[in-house]
Amino acid sequence: MAPNLPPKAPLEHSQSVAGSPAAHEEEHHYRSGPLRWLLTTNHKEIGTLYLIFSLSMFLIGGVMALVVRLELFQPGLQMVQPEFFNQMTTMHGLIMVFGAVMPAFVGLANWMVPLQIGAPDMALPRLNNFSFWLLPIAFTLLLATLLMPGGGPNFGWTFYAPLSTTYAPPSTTFFIFALHMAGISSILGAINIIATILNLRAPGMRLMDMTLFVWTWLITAFLLIAVMPVLAGVITMMLLDINFGTSFFNAAGGGDPVLFQHLFWFFGHPEVYIMILPAFGIVSVIVPTFARKRLFGYASMVYATASIAILSFLVWAHHMFAVGLPLVAELFFMYTTMLIAVPTGVKVFNWITTLFRGSITFETPMLFALAFIVLFTIGGFSGLMLAIAPADFQYHDTYFVVAHFHYVLVPGAVFSIMAAVYYWLPKWTGHYPDERIGRWHFWLSVIGVNLLFFPMHFAGLAGMPRRIPDYALQFADFNMASSIGGFLFGFSQLLFVWVIVKCVRGGAKAPAKAWEGASDLEWTLPSPAPLHTFETPPDLRGFKFH
Amino acid sequence: MRKMLVLAALMASVTGLSRAARAAGWNMPVGVTEVSRDVYGLHMVIFWICVIIGVIVFGIMFYSLFRYRRSKGAQAAHFHEHTTVEVFWTAIPLLILVAMAIPATATLKDMYDASEAELDVMVTGHQWRWHYHYMGEDITFFSNLDTPREQIDGTAEKGENYLLEVDQPLVLPVGRKVRLLMTSSDVIHSWWVPDLAVKKDAVPGFVNEAWTRIDEPGIYRGQCAELCGKDHAFMPVVVQAMEQEAFDTWLAERKQEAAAAASGVDREWKLEELVERGEKVYGSICASCHQADGQGTPPTFPALAGNQAMMDDLDWHIDVVVNGVSGSAMAAFSGTLNPVDLAAVITYERNAWGNETGDVVQPAEIQALIDP
Repeated sequence: MAPNLPPKAPLEHSQSVAGSPAAHEEEHHYRSGPLRWLLTTNHKEIGTLYLIFSLSMFLIGGVMALVVRLELFQPGLQMVQPEFFNQMTTMHGLIMVFGAVMPAFVGLANWMVPLQIGAPDMALPRLNNFSFWLLPIAFTLLLATLLMPGGGPNFGWTFYAPLSTTYAPPSTTFFIFALHMAGISSILGAINIIATILNLRAPGMRLMDMTLFVWTWLITAFLLIAVMPVLAGVITMMLLDINFGTSFFNAAGGGDPVLFQHLFWFFGHPEVYIMILPAFGIVSVIVPTFARKRLFGYASMVYATASIAILSFLVWAHHMFAVGLPLVAELFFMYTTMLIAVPTGVKVFNWITTLFRGSITFETPMLFALAFIVLFTIGGFSGLMLAIAPADFQYHDTYFVVAHFHYVLVPGAVFSIMAAVYYWLPKWTGHYPDERIGRWHFWLSVIGVNLLFFPMHFAGLAGMPRRIPDYALQFADFNMASSIGGFLFGFSQLLFVWVIVKCVRGGAKAPAKAWEGASDLEWTLPSPAPLHTFETPPDLRGFKFH
Repeated sequence: MRKMLVLAALMASVTGLSRAARAAGWNMPVGVTEVSRDVYGLHMVIFWICVIIGVIVFGIMFYSLFRYRRSKGAQAAHFHEHTTVEVFWTAIPLLILVAMAIPATATLKDMYDASEAELDVMVTGHQWRWHYHYMGEDITFFSNLDTPREQIDGTAEKGENYLLEVDQPLVLPVGRKVRLLMTSSDVIHSWWVPDLAVKKDAVPGFVNEAWTRIDEPGIYRGQCAELCGKDHAFMPVVVQAMEQEAFDTWLAERKQEAAAAASGVDREWKLEELVERGEKVYGSICASCHQADGQGTPPTFPALAGNQAMMDDLDWHIDVVVNGVSGSAMAAFSGTLNPVDLAAVITYERNAWGNETGDVVQPAEIQALIDP
């Protein structure tokens, strides 16, 4: 499985479309020092900021997960008290969802959407700067709640009322403020991506000519704009309940705790697709490259993505099967949830048919993309099982659910992000990432992640509820295996950091077209991509896409 | 070093998994009710459907990865769409799903039909214990975790039913349809017994319905399934199912005990009597938040030891315990504790941990307050 790095790919139409490199030199009068990063409006620099931020949050959230796994290594309370344990599970979820996965995808979009559609930058560069810098402020505030009297958020990342209102620690108001800022950042980022894709495509590039990564992000951005305001609404209602004496969710005042869950999951279910649709896009770009074969069923991929996005608004109450919904509602949400398996299946079938009769090599990005297909599908299977409402009464709120959503989020979304980083690092840095360390990182991650999450299926079926710091003795072996896997997976990520640092500092030089089978527009630009690209849009009229 | 780490992890996982294999409990329990067997059946059908699809899909995938390696000289084909195939793999999963939805719908309808129950039990979630009320029988009691603190802290060996044992289980008759009405006095809890395939959220302000008909006498254990605060892991559910005659005997005994426990409202109680009884009530009800030493965990749960506001104002103290504090975690206990227990615990709080007020609250005073 030697990497098949092409010796020197010819620059196709980059020289004609990207302007001559010499023309840029005199324009480079940007600031130096820290202010440059604070004030930058360049999509590549902001993309880099997003990715570095996301990686830091991934490591911080990961350490919190390791605290959880350490406590759960054996039955009994050894390391932490339940109060702190609950803060760790809550913060781990919030940081991974809002601080690691979402900003990583936004960072990738910042870097790659303009390059893949032939745009000089994002449509709204100053807004872009603002949406990034909201995030470090929001998450500094969120992390600071851990040091406040009464501790940080301890009610789970789903923060169900009234545990998160009447019964919450005093720091909850800060948590709400932090989440508002992260939400504004997401909405502004989404507006920017939509404006960029709809307005700045190179002449001749129609919507159905765009790469799947751009398509999935366009759809994701619409999801974000639709549901982030709902989240903002629900946390504002919490704010009013906590500080202004309202009773939206307080039963004693005539309020309705179940309303909270409806609002939260009306945001929350599209949110989980926000975290997976761009992953679909990444895999749909990487698999054809290393199979050296066009993506099978491009149009059906686009339609499947759109179907999943529309269905995502109609399934939210499957998170609430045990909350006491009427029978008709249970049936409706069971059927719509099962229906999601159809477009998702289409995607998996298309990827596999793309592999079929290809000419396949196994560089690190491809390894992560292939692991994504297998392990995400396993997460999809357990999702289908969870859709069966009568059986869900047994699965609900157990480790079976924890196994399910970690399979779609970790070897799903996170692996796709890693695949994307390995895939595009040559374009970003001009160097290939170290293939040997990359492979170590991949195999240790795959083994670790399965040892971590697969036993959770059994623990859940055997009856272990989620979010508990201590458990009955029959769950001990599963938890020990999970904890070992967790530490293996966690420490393997240091290799990821090492690969990235090494690649930024040097390595085998990458040509413009770093991967032999790559065909998208970014590979027509030199590696590393200069700070300003496509200032004159490439003329793609008459260009044969895909 | 890295190799050793991998090796150690692999060995640990293999030994861990083989030990787990020997122990029972890798799968959902079949359970002891008709509904739980139906649910188990659905679970296994959908599981095998997933397995079959997985074997086919991953089989083709790994075949392609192996067969079409470029290192073996594979040349890429050029096809990239095929309408018939795409329609086929949209339609087939749809048909499988319809076939799956039919039995699932039937079971769900059955689970929702709580009509014609022969016994109603009101289940109320509290932070962090369950309260049971046999409707129409005048029997109510709390069901507290019975695992000693030493086992949790690791200073004593853990028992067989570690964290799944309670002081008083919910006792139900076998062969009779029992309706469970769920609600909560504070946050959302979820009452779950896997062997009965019953899991229903207990939501404040709502009364949810579930039902069960247990086939075999026995003890069935479960836990609260919805995160409900710090002691979420420590509020198990234990159901003891017994034959009808044994159940009737138990019911009669419980009624007598309840009458004895509530008696004495009218007589004059001595300080020592109340403190002794109050200490027990405090230990099982109040200590989970305010701590056994009365120090609480401020700012969420205030300290009672040395609490000057509480010691200065007796009427306020009584009001807080009896009626709760609106908008806070302090629940009203007038509905769940009898007047003697209320008077005892208030007296205890005013005379424990150096709170030397000497105040004695008589059960009759509380009775007059609750039921004027």
